[in-house]
Amino acid sequence: MQARRDQDFFWEGIDRGELLVQTCDACDTIRHPPQPRCAACGSDAWRAEPLSGEGTILAFLESVHPSRRDEEPRCVCLVELPEGIRMVSSLLDPENAANGAAVRFEITEYDGQKLPLVRTAGGGQ
Amino acid sequence: MSALTKIAEGQTAITGIGQTAYTKESGRTVMSLCAEASMKAIEDAGLERGDIDGLISFTMDTNSDHDLQSAIGLPLVRWTAKAPFGGEGAYATFQLAAAAIESGQASNVLIFRAFNERSEARFGQPNFNPKAMPRDYHRSLGLVTPGQVYAMWHKPFLDARGMTSEDLGLLVVQMRAWAANNPDAWFYGRPITLEDHQRSRWIVKPVLRLYDFCQETDGGVAFVVSRLDQARAQGQNSGRPVVRVLGAQQAWPLGESMMYNYYKPNLTYAEDTEVVAKALWEQTGLSPAEIDVSTIYDNFSPSIPISYEGYGLCKRGEVRDAIRAGELGPGGSTPVNTNGGLIGEAYLHGLNNAAECVRQMRGTSANQIEDAKIALCAGRQCGMVLARE
Ligand SMILES: [Zn+2]
Repeated sequence: MQARRDQDFFWEGIDRGELLVQTCDACDTIRHPPQPRCAACGSDAWRAEPLSGEGTILAFLESVHPSRRDEEPRCVCLVELPEGIRMVSSLLDPENAANGAAVRFEITEYDGQKLPLVRTAGGGQ
Repeated sequence: MSALTKIAEGQTAITGIGQTAYTKESGRTVMSLCAEASMKAIEDAGLERGDIDGLISFTMDTNSDHDLQSAIGLPLVRWTAKAPFGGEGAYATFQLAAAAIESGQASNVLIFRAFNERSEARFGQPNFNPKAMPRDYHRSLGLVTPGQVYAMWHKPFLDARGMTSEDLGLLVVQMRAWAANNPDAWFYGRPITLEDHQRSRWIVKPVLRLYDFCQETDGGVAFVVSRLDQARAQGQNSGRPVVRVLGAQQAWPLGESMMYNYYKPNLTYAEDTEVVAKALWEQTGLSPAEIDVSTIYDNFSPSIPISYEGYGLCKRGEVRDAIRAGELGPGGSTPVNTNGGLIGEAYLHGLNNAAECVRQMRGTSANQIEDAKIALCAGRQCGMVLARE
């Protein structure tokens, strides 16, 4: 059987509607992006734990695909999570993009793929 | 952790440089470019092909050592190595060459890089369909091109310095002023104003405009690194200055990433570069104030201020002032990328900037800095200091 890829748990979680993070069983350090071992202690034992789904925008930019210009530009952002990690996401309400803005993750289907996107706290549903 | 071993003892010299024409469509195979640059470097070094016994490049280069050996007819290769990635790490090749030569594993090492980056495999025009690929943490969220990938971590640095697109424009104007006077540069004879920069279209809004990007290029560049005593003897015969490699270092602190540099502890300065710089100053006994001329890896304009501060060419937090005062351009106190850099001359994945450092030490640059004796060849994750003898 093919070795389970290190990041599969994350996308399987997304497909179930859960935002997960790898947590080291030996020292409880969390890590993202996923790795086969804990960089803090070297252990390969880990569990997946749910994240709060909250965050803050550290930076954002407009992404236009270079050769698929018919696609809508996306507002890609770097999000700081209160748990102490960062994730790249894209903003569902780009008109509210601002550094320091509070966001919440919403697992959303985009182009046929479920992705962990974010919406600002003031962006409504 | 043990103390840093002094790998390079300053006992090597760059004896040869070679480059092809830098074009947008070479119409040739990559190996023919690689072979031309290599042959020119060997000839420039005053050596025969049989003198070359080491081959070094970096992992992004696609020219195999053995294919190059066959293409130019090297009788026997005893040492090969690849530095990680390339680009910001391109100058690690000189550290590898020094390690090989100073340990007696090789006598004359050929460093090479060639590609058809504009006419064939453009880094900025990925031909994949993101939707048809497995999801991932960056591409699936909209970071598709190198410009987007880098701009996302450039932005926190720029914000922390209060730098805007206009500040990047002031910087690019200085780079283009150098390029305008360099006949090898793509932008030879074509300086720009701040207004030109601000009118160039957004590619990655609100960080990178068209003129903040390097010049995608077809071409090749190569170097010969030799033993210092051999280079000195040769220098005495030829009367040409010896270009000594005083130091070459690389640093990859945990958490830093060449491209997806979003997860390191602090996004507002380049810790990796500060580690490289500290090691270089320890190795060479020099300080930033003693650098006469620099090249800084500039795939995108924000890479320059990040490394400029990282190497201590100004204090942390003061690079905006240096740019606004024109310190990096012609007439400035810290001339940077006198060839025009990757933005103005060509994008040979960083190694054309190393060639400019060699020319500055030889006194043959198109924008020669008077009495330049010490050159810094800087990348974010590796750097080299050259001295004219
Ligand atoms: Zn651990």
